[in-house]
Amino acid sequence: MIDSEKIRNDFPILQETVYGHPLTYLDNAATTQKPRCVVDRIKEGYLHRNANVHRGVHFLSQEATEAHESARERVRRFIHARSTSEIIFTRGTTESINLVASSFGELLSEGDEILTTVMEHHSNIVPWQLLEQRRGVVLKALPIRKDGTLQTEQLESLITSRTRLITLAHVSNTLATVNPVREIIRLAHAHGIPVLLDGAQSVPHFPVDVEELDADFLAFSGHKIYGPAGIGILYGKEEWLEKLPPYQGGGEMIDKVSFEKTTFNVLPYKFEAGTPDFIGSTALAAALEYIDGIGMESVAAHEQRLMDYALRRLGEIPEMRIIGGAEKRSGLISFLVGDIHPYDLGTILDKLGIAVRTGHHCAQPVMDYYGIDGTVRASFGIYNTEEDIDILVEGIDRAIRLFHH
Amino acid sequence: MTINEAQEEIISEFEFLDDWLDKYQQIIDKSQGAHIDPKYKTPEYLIEGCQSKVWIRADYTDGKIYYQSESNTEIAGGIAAMFVYVLSGHTPEEIIDSDLYFIDRIGLKEHLSPTRSNGMLAMLKQMKLYAVAFKAKGS
Repeated sequence: MIDSEKIRNDFPILQETVYGHPLTYLDNAATTQKPRCVVDRIKEGYLHRNANVHRGVHFLSQEATEAHESARERVRRFIHARSTSEIIFTRGTTESINLVASSFGELLSEGDEILTTVMEHHSNIVPWQLLEQRRGVVLKALPIRKDGTLQTEQLESLITSRTRLITLAHVSNTLATVNPVREIIRLAHAHGIPVLLDGAQSVPHFPVDVEELDADFLAFSGHKIYGPAGIGILYGKEEWLEKLPPYQGGGEMIDKVSFEKTTFNVLPYKFEAGTPDFIGSTALAAALEYIDGIGMESVAAHEQRLMDYALRRLGEIPEMRIIGGAEKRSGLISFLVGDIHPYDLGTILDKLGIAVRTGHHCAQPVMDYYGIDGTVRASFGIYNTEEDIDILVEGIDRAIRLFHH
Repeated sequence: MTINEAQEEIISEFEFLDDWLDKYQQIIDKSQGAHIDPKYKTPEYLIEGCQSKVWIRADYTDGKIYYQSESNTEIAGGIAAMFVYVLSGHTPEEIIDSDLYFIDRIGLKEHLSPTRSNGMLAMLKQMKLYAVAFKAKGS
């Protein structure tokens, strides 16, 4: 059991009031709040350790480099990568996926196929569509079922001799479905196809071990795991990263530059052009230390209890329609109540100090599949409690009375 | 009734509502009276916010503009209905020159924020554009 009260005290923002109500923050799938130690690390970095990293001979630069590189090691341990060469700092999940689309895309030719799923965030659709336009590759999508699960039995028939990559969400940001990625990766590998996992909604919520999953690529964001905005991770198996050409050009990623021939730096620097966010990386490390201090197993157990409680409480509301009914789910609940538009419900909840997200959650193909405009999405973090769920349920009841008077 | 008289009327309706819930109730009630002829519920008349949809159109009769609106959400729909009420029945010049202060006075300014992405600002702009177009046509 985790000590919710102690954890809540680590997050100063949870003491804020909104329209005179204490803040009930249930929008963690969009971004999480930051514990004091993360904010302190940012402050400490800028006040005491600020110097550009790598190649600096002076004391501060070496300190900053050491902090930045030990952050990389922190990330490596967190997802159980074999080597820090496999950990690339990016701006977030979106950039991580774009990096793969761009660099992996260089290896592809017209008619090659990328296989994704219907339940993806736009970040895992649009970079591949751009690649379709650039290189004439074909993007295919594995369909879903009404219960919000993937039609994995179709996977084998969608794989062809031209399939070059399978890219999918580990956890759906709209349906909460935890996809059977281990089985999918095994099947993909049997066909010699690498797999990219969008871990934006999985890495913050339960232990993710890239070695055990045998994932070829994993993308996730710092700000969804209690770290700062603007930093994210791309994990890639060394053998794949070695094969891919660089993403962007500039400083840091080069070995030698001349107008005759430029050679590139070793991994992971080959993919990190320009000055990296060396303050963000250390703050991300602080977030991972914080969450490791609680223990990812405990985080997962806590959030699972919350999920069960929320499903039960929301289920008591008449006309409640939960979108996505997978047995294995994590982190969030998408729902609609009667014919109340999500925007209307979200607006009233907001006035009660309850932060939820409404709309299509950047997953319009999912909305199209269900024939809806959007949903209300409540998503959990380590500091949420059953009381937050009670406040949400009460808020929904109040909104129902307002709209159905 | 002038545009400002209509605004004052709405302000006085809201003045006695202390509780924000009652204010929203009032907006929802206004939304329920706002309809547009279904044949106009087409992309041509649609103003799409990020989350809410509002259809708006205008007729020009005897030198005056009459608006109609409808929304798929009740809060955006109610606000749209108030704009329709305030601006309908006035000349293009009056509408172009109008200063719509009532939304601020009834405490709903946040709904007109550019970051709100509910299409309310775009709708207001569209209503004024109708006035500009009818004025050009009339002269």
